Amino acid sequence: MEKLSEKELRLMAAKGRLLAVDAVHGAASGHPGGSLSCMDILSVLYFDEMNVDPSRPQWEDRDRFVLSKGHCAPALYSILALKGFFPVEDLKLLRSIKSHLSGHPDMVNVKGVDMSTGSLGQGLSTAVGMALAAKVQKKSYRTYAICGDGEIDEGQIWEAAMSAAKWGLDNLCAFVDVNGLQIDGKTSDVMPSEPLDKKFESFNWHVIKIDGHNYSEIKAALKEARETKGQPTMIIASTTKGKGVSFMENEAGWHGKAPDDEQFAVAKAELEAAIRELEVK
Amino acid sequence: MAGKVATRNAYGEALVELAEKYPELMVLEADLSGATKTSSFAKAYPERFFDCGIAECNMTGIAAGMAAAGLKPFTNTFAMFATGRAYEQVRNSIAYPGLNVKVIGSHGGVSVGEDGATHQCIEDFALMRDIPGMTVLCPCDGFEMKQAVEALLNYDHPAYMRLGRAATEVFTDEIPGYQFEIGKGKCLREGSDVTIIAVGLMVYRAMKAAELLEQEGISARVINMATIKPLDEEIVLKAAKETGCIVTTEEHSVVGGLGAAVCEFLSGTYPVPVVRHGVNDEFGRSGKAEEVLKYYGLTAEGIAEKAKKAIELKK
Repeated sequence: MEKLSEKELRLMAAKGRLLAVDAVHGAASGHPGGSLSCMDILSVLYFDEMNVDPSRPQWEDRDRFVLSKGHCAPALYSILALKGFFPVEDLKLLRSIKSHLSGHPDMVNVKGVDMSTGSLGQGLSTAVGMALAAKVQKKSYRTYAICGDGEIDEGQIWEAAMSAAKWGLDNLCAFVDVNGLQIDGKTSDVMPSEPLDKKFESFNWHVIKIDGHNYSEIKAALKEARETKGQPTMIIASTTKGKGVSFMENEAGWHGKAPDDEQFAVAKAELEAAIRELEVK
Repeated sequence: MAGKVATRNAYGEALVELAEKYPELMVLEADLSGATKTSSFAKAYPERFFDCGIAECNMTGIAAGMAAAGLKPFTNTFAMFATGRAYEQVRNSIAYPGLNVKVIGSHGGVSVGEDGATHQCIEDFALMRDIPGMTVLCPCDGFEMKQAVEALLNYDHPAYMRLGRAATEVFTDEIPGYQFEIGKGKCLREGSDVTIIAVGLMVYRAMKAAELLEQEGISARVINMATIKPLDEEIVLKAAKETGCIVTTEEHSVVGGLGAAVCEFLSGTYPVPVVRHGVNDEFGRSGKAEEVLKYYGLTAEGIAEKAKKAIELKK
């Protein structure tokens, strides 16, 4: 697989952001805020880190990905489309009765989706199951997951965290997308979760803290995870909810709301400008 | 008659007996291996046994991930936690994506005995039956249980199976050529006045009830409905047409279980009187298994009484 340069990875994320916001606008519903905060991580995972093949979505030895924060399906679908799992045009029908792209990731109907998610707290357990299966089958594929920092309110996340450490799943690398906001407001108000690094360390994970929009940090953390033996790795990624659309940034109100036509025009202009800038440079 | 065996014991033996033939079989446990009888498998195949601790929701999700990677995981805990605590994980992580996980709920029904209501799951059939595409099983004795375990290993769909704690009579081994099949009821006794459709440990009691009824000149058919979903509609319809009334009997709430399934089917196809015998919308209680069963009327005499009521309703 030919690796993309950092600029090309940034460009994929920029295109992904526009596709995701466009799709949510088209559907007049969906979750733009968290989709935008994890887009850079997804770009690095699918275009640099993971061993996947869009022509063989069920390839047994592929690396696996679980979007535990399943409501950010617009981000995953956009990246999968850009990767070539299905046509980019399909995103226009996100959440439509005519489409295979349902509101939350669906492994049965959407090529490239490795696990159906959407009910928060459940995805990390399934990722643990995949990583455990690889150990049993003596396969070398790795499993990746992204959790939300609101999602980790769910107790099941911590059950999964304990079990991943019990089995020393060094083939599992998860992220917490720490954008600091959940539906009802700041995570620090709704249900304080800090210090997250100490929590996961005490659960016997290898913990790395990064800026979730900094490509060299994302790539370095993934490399460190690959080199870590005997422990799963949790990458705690500090991000901006709504990243890339000025009026959505750091606003809890954009968690699960679609932009109207006027707002979309503003968002589109900003995201297209970001794409142009990367294409010119 | 091979004496009494709890279906959980037969299940635990079957896992070990089938392990070599089915290398993808993985056994997940939630800290109850002594009670759910997965401990023998754990000893024989430690590399295929995963104790998830007292964390049923996580166990259920791990099984989903394993199934997505091509393995055949069986999760094990008490019926209450398998279908109650982890209901939504079964629904969203297993059934919705159609993953090949077998959810095994031991200690179903009030025959759990002494532990009382918190551990006596009488809602598991209802909870699992309402999930789209879910298969729901409850074999009636140890012999049938072993056949059911192998059937599940050859069935690539999500399924729930209830096991019992109490030792119960083994009798299907005495029926020549008896073979459990997913989705098929088995007529164990012919009859023309009433049909008793039973599941789990109530099947043997239904046979005894038929003997009691015979003494009163009543001819009762007995069907073992070891698969509650998908319901064997053919055998139910035939019974409704030929005997004109039905009694369902189950160690489960009368809400949502086998009785409900039979009523739902017949009400829209061939309505005949159906009397549901089970636990009447109340919680269980502590006591010795047989005492508790008796307390709720889950006896041959209790079934016979309902059978007479069903026959009366025909008139």
